[in-house]
Parts: sequence; C-alpha cells; structure tokens
Amino acid sequence: MDELRVATELDTTQYIVIKIGEESYGINIAFVDNIVRMQHITRVPKVAPYLKGVINLRGIIVPVMSLRLKMGLEDDVITKATRIIILKLETQGTIGIIVDEVREVITLDSEHIEKVAQDSNKSSEHVNFVSAVGKTGDELVSLLDLNTVALENE
Amino acid sequence: MDVSQYLEIFLDETKEHLQNLNTQILELEQDSENMDTVNEIFRAAHSLKGMAGTMGYKRMQNLTHDMENVFSEVRNGNIKVQPNMIDILFQCLDALEGYLANIQESSDEGTDDNEPLIKALNDILNGNSGGDAPKKEDKTEAKEEAKEEKKEAASDSKEKWQSIKLTDTEKGLFEKAKEEGQHFYGITVYIQESCILKAARAFLVFKALEEKGEVVLSNPSTQDIEDEKFDFDFSVIVVTAESYDNVVAAIKSVSEIEDAFGRELTEADFGNSADAEAEDEPAKEESKPAEEAKKPETKELPAKAGDKKPAAKPVVNRTVRVDIEKLDVLMNLVSELIIAKNSLVSSTSGEDTHNSNFNEQIEYLESVTTNLHESVMKVRMVPIESVVSKFPRMIRDMQKTLGKKMELHMTGEETELDRTVVDEIGDPLMHLLRNAADHGLESGEVRVQRGKPEVGNIYLDAYQDGNNVVIEVRDDGNGIDVAKVRDKAISRGTITAEQAENMSDKEIVDLLFLPSFSTKEQVSEISGRGVGLDVVKSKIEALSGEVEVKTKLGEGSTWIVRLPLTLAIIQALMVIVGDEKYAISLGSIQTIEDISPSDIKLVQNKEVIQLRGTVIPIIRLSDVVDATSSKSPEDNMVVVIVKKGDRLAGLVVDELIGQQEIVIKSLGKYISKCKFISGATILGDGEVALILDANALI
Repeated sequence: MDELRVATELDTTQYIVIKIGEESYGINIAFVDNIVRMQHITRVPKVAPYLKGVINLRGIIVPVMSLRLKMGLEDDVITKATRIIILKLETQGTIGIIVDEVREVITLDSEHIEKVAQDSNKSSEHVNFVSAVGKTGDELVSLLDLNTVALENE
Repeated sequence: MDVSQYLEIFLDETKEHLQNLNTQILELEQDSENMDTVNEIFRAAHSLKGMAGTMGYKRMQNLTHDMENVFSEVRNGNIKVQPNMIDILFQCLDALEGYLANIQESSDEGTDDNEPLIKALNDILNGNSGGDAPKKEDKTEAKEEAKEEKKEAASDSKEKWQSIKLTDTEKGLFEKAKEEGQHFYGITVYIQESCILKAARAFLVFKALEEKGEVVLSNPSTQDIEDEKFDFDFSVIVVTAESYDNVVAAIKSVSEIEDAFGRELTEADFGNSADAEAEDEPAKEESKPAEEAKKPETKELPAKAGDKKPAAKPVVNRTVRVDIEKLDVLMNLVSELIIAKNSLVSSTSGEDTHNSNFNEQIEYLESVTTNLHESVMKVRMVPIESVVSKFPRMIRDMQKTLGKKMELHMTGEETELDRTVVDEIGDPLMHLLRNAADHGLESGEVRVQRGKPEVGNIYLDAYQDGNNVVIEVRDDGNGIDVAKVRDKAISRGTITAEQAENMSDKEIVDLLFLPSFSTKEQVSEISGRGVGLDVVKSKIEALSGEVEVKTKLGEGSTWIVRLPLTLAIIQALMVIVGDEKYAISLGSIQTIEDISPSDIKLVQNKEVIQLRGTVIPIIRLSDVVDATSSKSPEDNMVVVIVKKGDRLAGLVVDELIGQQEIVIKSLGKYISKCKFISGATILGDGEVALILDANALI
C-alpha cells in the first residue's frame, strides 16, 4: 500500500466526493467498481451491526455495510440521494458501502493532499478511517483509507 | 521458441500421462504378459518424452527416454517384467512427478538428474544377460550380431542399404514386381545432424514413400525408427512404379533431410546376398531369428504407417480444456437468464391469458433455459475416477512400507461430482484409505491367527444416492476398539471418566474426529500424527458434506462420506421466517409436520416434540435468525424435520413457500462469521434469500 500511496502522491488522483451527514469524504476512484441506487438489502443474522446484509449485484452477492454505523454515527436514513458504492478491494474483495449522497468527482494533485498526523486529531471516533485531507477550492475533503474502513472489527 | 503459453497444457497432459502410467504399470505388475498394457505404457512414456523435449525440460526428457527404452525392450520381448523393475519404474514416476512439481512452481524442472534411477534403468537394459530369460537373450544377441555384421559390411559405402539382407520372400516380391513393371530401389536416407525430431522426419519420409509405392524392408526396423533408435541415417527397400529420381525427390522434399543415396536393385543383388548367406552357414543360423523377428514388423508396415498419426497423438477424447472460472461465468450468466425468465413469468401470470401466443413463447423460453441450465451443470460434472485412480498405486506402496499384504477394491469410479468437489475430495479420501491400511488392517500374522485371509481388503465404493454422492471406505480389519478410544480420551483429558460413562459407543467413536486424536500407540510414517481425521472432517464439511463411521470390533470399519452432487445448485424448500425468506436444502429434510403448541414438551429445559415414537428437539428459527415471528403462540406451528446423520431436529418456521431449484452463491469471505448460513441465492424477483445450513443448526 505504501508504494501505491507514493505513486498517487506524485501525480493526480481522482476522488469521488460523498457526503455523510454534513461532512464530505473522498474515495479513491481506483477502488470504485460501481455506484448503485439504494435497493433492498437482505439482512444476515448474527453479524456485526454495521454489516447491513447482502445485495444482488447482477448475479453476484455483495455484502453491504453502513459507513455511518462503522464510524459510530447514528443509523442511515434512506433518502432518494442514498447510494451504495461498490468497492473492489485487494484483500476484502467486493463490498458495498452506504453513503448519504454522491456529489462529484474531483481531481487532486499531491500538493493539495495533506497527510493526517495522528496527534493533531483529538476527539472524533472515525478519525482513523481518514488517511489524508484534500483541499479543493476552499473546501476540505477527508480522504478515506478504504482498507481500514473495510477492516472487520467487533 | 517461447513455450510458456503451453506450460499449462503441458502440466495438465503430463499429469494425465503420469496417472496413466501409474495405472498401467500397476496392471503390468499383475499381468506381466499383457502386451496391450505394455504398448499403452510405451505410448504414454513416448508422449511424455516428446512433450518434455518440446518444452525444453532436458532432465525429464532423459529420464523418460531411458524409461521408454526399457518399455521398448519389454515390448520386443527382450526383457521380462520383474518385480524390482516395477519398483524402479515407480520410482521413476515419482521422480517425474518431482520434476512436474518443480515446473509447476517455478516453471523450471530443477537440477536433480536422478542419475541413480537412470543408471538403474540402464542396468535393466543391459542386465538382461543376467540369465532370467536365456532364450530371448540369445535372440537379442544374435540380432545385435547380425546388425553389427551388416554395419561392418556397409561401413565403407554411403549406400548402407546394401547391407540389408534380402531373403527369398523379397526375391519373390522382386520378381513379381518386375513382371508388373515396378522397380525395386535400395535407398539410404541421411537426416541432418541438427534435426531434433528424427523419428518424425523418418516418418514423413516413410509417408512420402508410401504415397509412391511400398516400403518392403528397412534398416533399422520401422519400429526402431519410430522409437528414434537410429543415428542419422536409415535404409529402405522400396517397390514402386515411379522412377528413381522421383522417389529421391519425394524423400528430399521432406525438410531436414540431408541426402539420399541409392539405386535400382537388380537380380544380382538378390543372388549376391543369397550367396553370402550360403557361404556363412552359422551366421545365417544366427540371423534367422532376427529376420523372423523383423518380418512381421515389415508386413505390418502399411498399416503402421497409416496408424501412426493416432499413435503419435495418444487416443484423445473429443474434449476441450476449459478454465473452471470461465464455466463459473457461464454458470452465472445462465442463472441470470433463469432469474430474468422467472420474473418474466411472474409478471405475465397475473394478466389475463388472451395472448396465448405470448404464453407459448414464454413456455418455450422456459424449457430452453431449463435445458441450458442442465447442460451447463453437466459440463461441470467430472467422474471421481480422476481422483481415485491414484489410490491403487498408493496402497501398493504402503504395502511395502507397512509390510502388510492388502488389496484395494474400487467400484463406482464413474460416479460424477461437481468439479470443485472432485478437486477437493482427494486428500480426505487418501487420509481415510491410509487410516484403513495403517490402523484398520491387522498385520498378516494376526489376521491368520484370527482366521482371516492373510491379505487385507480395503474397499472404496462410490455411488449416487438421491442428491448426494456417497463414497465408502471399508476395510475388513480390526475395527475400532471403543474401549481403547475411551481410555485414551480419558487419559488425554478430552472427556472425564463420568462423561465417558454416559457416552454411547458411537459418541466415543466420534471422538476420533477431534483434533489431535490418534489411538495408534506407535506413530508411523503413514498416519498417526494426529492430524488425520479432524482434517478429513473439516474438509468434507467445507464441501457441505458429512462423514461418519460404522465399526465392529474384529470385523472392520466403514467410513461413509456423503457429498452433495453439486455445490452450485440444489433443490430447496423456501420458507418464511418473520418477514424474510430462507431456503433449506431439500436433501436434509425428512418430513414437514403441523404441530399444535400443546404437543411441545420440555426436557432439560429444551423444547421437544414426540413424533411417531421419537423425541425430537425443536429449534425456533425466528430465535436463531433474530427475527420476530409473525405467528401468535397459540397457532399451530409448521415444523420442518431435518436430519443430520442419525439425529433429527424440528425447525419451526412461519410459513412454507414451496420447493424450488436454487443456485447457490457464496456470501463471500467478508460475511463468513454466520455458521448456519451456508450461502445465498437470488430469487425470481432479484431479491437475495439466505440458505440455512440445517447441519450446523443441529
């Protein structure tokens, strides 16, 4: 992963900007397989609460998790804007995450990405999911570390 | 030449050939006179050599080459099959497998030359003067001498064909041909020294000659030429209506042919050779057998040449190798199609049926998709033969290491299973067989004492049973000593003495499946490292199968492995729990009962029902899956009775939907925590339903 990060820092990387609550997050487009509308999720019993269940993605069963629950926020409120982002990760395979809204695709070059130093973040629970902060215009976008996001924890 | 793209094919085919060789050599051990077997072995060894050579695996090629030489001598009747020879051949196969393993890992054959083996092979080749088959030996020597003589005679001439001895038969042919206006030519063909596939070139020459006329004689014999047992030249006598120049031109049209020398034969040639033979009485005597040996081969020639193509390419079924992943994709598409069809059916069923034509088309579509589905499923099925065919060899080897006499009897090798299952089932079966051989069967003396035949029997029977395939591994050995197992379990602290009191024999035997449990006092090389049966069990369970053991002390044990026919598709009962749909494999369902809540009794604080004299514990699925049952407690309950081995359980569901063929999909490793969910399936409306694993619930 380190090599990959080095590579992305050298040239520009595209991020999909999503919204969870009031905050904007960026997801590296390289890991995004698909974005689908909210659909019926089949609940799977006896799994961690943030795992909402599974969906049928054109014949493939894909587990879906709630980013909100994973980050320790309150449960998702499904609206017309709710989307499931299908990620393809190296270790965890295909997995869907529920987001409140998908806004845009931005291109960031390495100058505009700042690593998050662990100390400077004091309180919030979900800080470890963020690997860096990107600056686009005067807005700040927290860039998600997808492997940490998808990591199983109980 | 870049051959890497062929590596996979090479690996696959080499494995096949090795397996074939294993089987055939075993057969040869049983019946050393069977020429069909010898021929088959020879062919397999030859193909192996050719393939290894093409891929540039020199060491592998060398070893197979020497093996081939031995087989060739066996085939020619010059060497008799002996037990130690079989042993060496098996060692060679192991060495080849070693090469193969190396190649598979690093696409390099490694550096082991296996010189001792090559030497042993050569000893077999040369050692036939040892005196086991004196008659044949004489013949060989005579043949060799005869050949040497010929070589000497012709060494000063480029037209080596002159050394071919012509007999009266050829003379008769010659005279007849002359009457018919045909010509006899003697020709010696030289192949370029850089040529790699000499035999192939020679074959092409023969083929060219066959087109012009007929090859009467050749030196070396066609057989030897086919086996590449010649330097860079060979001589032929041809009878043809064509002119000499035409014939030579035909020969030279084959690439990598250096040159060809010869001329038309005259009567003088026949006279001379006859004289020469007359002069040298003893030589004639000696060369007679050689000639005789040669004759039938020569006669065979036209047929041989015609047959040669299929022989060079071993008899192959009309098959194509397909990557299993491609099949998975195809399977996925077919199930998608079925789902689409299902939703089409359900969307039209509600409407009025005015449009009969439309309905007809839908029905047609339905039958097509069903057939398509079945075909794709069948494509994935392979006979278990590919796995079990290596076992006779294994048992044979173990016979030697264990010093016990035993025989393996197999039936039902043609039973088919899904490819994914077949790939996985080999190791567990091997464990069970090893167990049977090592722990199960007694030593020869004990068997005789007990009045059993000295040779122990191990049976491997496979057969289809409904939606399952059953594989039984049976031995007529000692059986499992329950008392011994119990003592062992207590001494190991697996169970307490009090617990042991209350356990049935069967429960105690089942302890064997626990990790690190081996009753054999002495740990042997074959088994008994305590890693056997628990691995077998978990592996089989991973394949959604089950394993159980039946045993009778003194009479033997039977290990029964039950596997689903296919992992990809099952018949299932769809049920509703709460507001969710679940599928239960039909294979595990015994009956479905309507039970009044008043029939439920409490035993040890667990809910049970009595059904036709049997007490069955019940499991409320709504509790298991954390759903709220839609039924009130007073209502009658729908109970699905499921069976696992000998045990029954009743699953309480809210509603039944019906039987349905479902395509099993994996939930992926991300959601693997949930033990009683074995997978998911996609319903007609595109929704996902989970599959309950009744086995895990009991």
